Amino acid sequence: MKIIVAIKQVPQRDSSLRPAASGLWVDEANLGYEINEPDAYALEEALQLREKHGGEVIVVCAGPERAQQSIREALAKGADRGIHVETDAVLDTLQTATMLADALRDETADLILTGLQSDDLGYGQTGVVLAELLDFPSSTIIMQVEIDVDTLRVRRELEDGWFQNIEMPLPAVLTIQSGLNKLRYATLMGIKKAKSKEIRVVQPAAPAASTAVIEKVYAPQKSKQAQIFTGDAKTAATQLVEKLKFEARVL
Amino acid sequence: MSVLVVLEAGHRMAGEALTAGRQFAAALGVPLTAATIPADLTYTADGFTAAYEAHARATNPALVVFAHTYQTRDWAPKLATRFRKVLISDVIAARVDSGSPVFVRQLFQGKLNSDVRATGDGPHFVSVQAGAFPPVEAEAPETISLTPAVEPRQNPEKPFRESTRAVDLTAAPVIVSVGRGIKDEGNIPVVQKLADALGAELAASRPICDAGWLPMERQVGSSGQTVTPKLYLAVGISGAIQHLVGMKGSKTIVAINQDPNAPIFEVADYGIVGDLFEVVPALVEAVQRAKS
Repeated sequence: MKIIVAIKQVPQRDSSLRPAASGLWVDEANLGYEINEPDAYALEEALQLREKHGGEVIVVCAGPERAQQSIREALAKGADRGIHVETDAVLDTLQTATMLADALRDETADLILTGLQSDDLGYGQTGVVLAELLDFPSSTIIMQVEIDVDTLRVRRELEDGWFQNIEMPLPAVLTIQSGLNKLRYATLMGIKKAKSKEIRVVQPAAPAASTAVIEKVYAPQKSKQAQIFTGDAKTAATQLVEKLKFEARVL
Repeated sequence: MSVLVVLEAGHRMAGEALTAGRQFAAALGVPLTAATIPADLTYTADGFTAAYEAHARATNPALVVFAHTYQTRDWAPKLATRFRKVLISDVIAARVDSGSPVFVRQLFQGKLNSDVRATGDGPHFVSVQAGAFPPVEAEAPETISLTPAVEPRQNPEKPFRESTRAVDLTAAPVIVSVGRGIKDEGNIPVVQKLADALGAELAASRPICDAGWLPMERQVGSSGQTVTPKLYLAVGISGAIQHLVGMKGSKTIVAINQDPNAPIFEVADYGIVGDLFEVVPALVEAVQRAKS
């Protein structure tokens, strides 16, 4: 069983984000990076499937040189090898998926997992587009994965607390919902082993021009002005409670 | 050339997509058409993609508009890819500028916005965020049937609900809701005390339930419950859209967060910017004083 996990490297969750001087992306100076959280759940699911069915877990990431830190982190958690699609550009989802598809076409994967969306662009479609480009069936927002020889049975999350089980043949692409498993930490042994694991660097072909061009990145305009209470915690809390009692009348 | 609105049969957001489609059609100066696949035809990503691909190739719309639902996310990117386009997803506004459509969409879970221009020839593909456009009653759309020659690879079973909810948050007049800012499962009692002082139900954003710190049935948001209490306190919740759609109808919203730019303050009536581990205990005391 050959499982590929597509991960994205995104700014750390608590990063303070400002538009770049160009206005076309965020200012990347002083940003720390991490594996996009839903992709971390996809990686964990792949590792658990390998524990059950045997085989190999390969992690692929498109991004600049720093993306190798995230690949190394995935290797430390237990992935067997990595593929780094090296690109410095901020790509749209079709461009990213095209590069990933090109890099993966000869891998003859049985299953490709990725997170349901990225925390930065948030388009929520790279996995589905990758499936379309590779002509694999796909299913999204997956909460459970079962494999029986060459058939896949997955639990897809619907809205308002509904679910649906779906069967499809392998190979397939699934986008994974956060929370379907419990994330593991890298062990010291894992970190040590990761240093000698292979990362294949792929130089992608230049992408076709984007048809969804980011022209401007900016702070959202405040539409509703919340009354903000400042000062020390005690003063702010007292002021808030007074407002809740006498203005909003909800206490 | 037209704007084609894809209406998801039986979905509450269908009317929102229609409003967005009308606005986009008016701005582009082209007619509006609407289409749906009837609810009695089984949904599969392969089946819907093939049916709408045939329809779009025959009608050649300038723009195809979807509501950003779970089903849309499952197949609309496939359709867009067949036309070598990106699905410009989850947009909150649009305008026409120098002849081409420019869409506003959020980045970084709502911390920043972006303007995205759809360039080149259509069709372009766009999905609209829940609550971004007011719904209208859908008129009778054109009905599309599935393409018989296409055999979907997905074989879906009947949808089901996991279990009846033991906790009905929708009935609670006051809700204290906790997010990532709580940092550790061991800190949950900090907010539980506030809930107790207020006589409130304790709820959470998705990551807290994902981590198992509170049961899934206490989750508020697009994949949890939608609540409209008279008082909703969001503690350490940044306010990603998936959470906001579940609580922004609350009568009074209070946000406590360390990040003054957190999107939760956009929907809040009152806010305290600060460390929740200092603010919440102070709030417990202030509430107890006010109630005694």
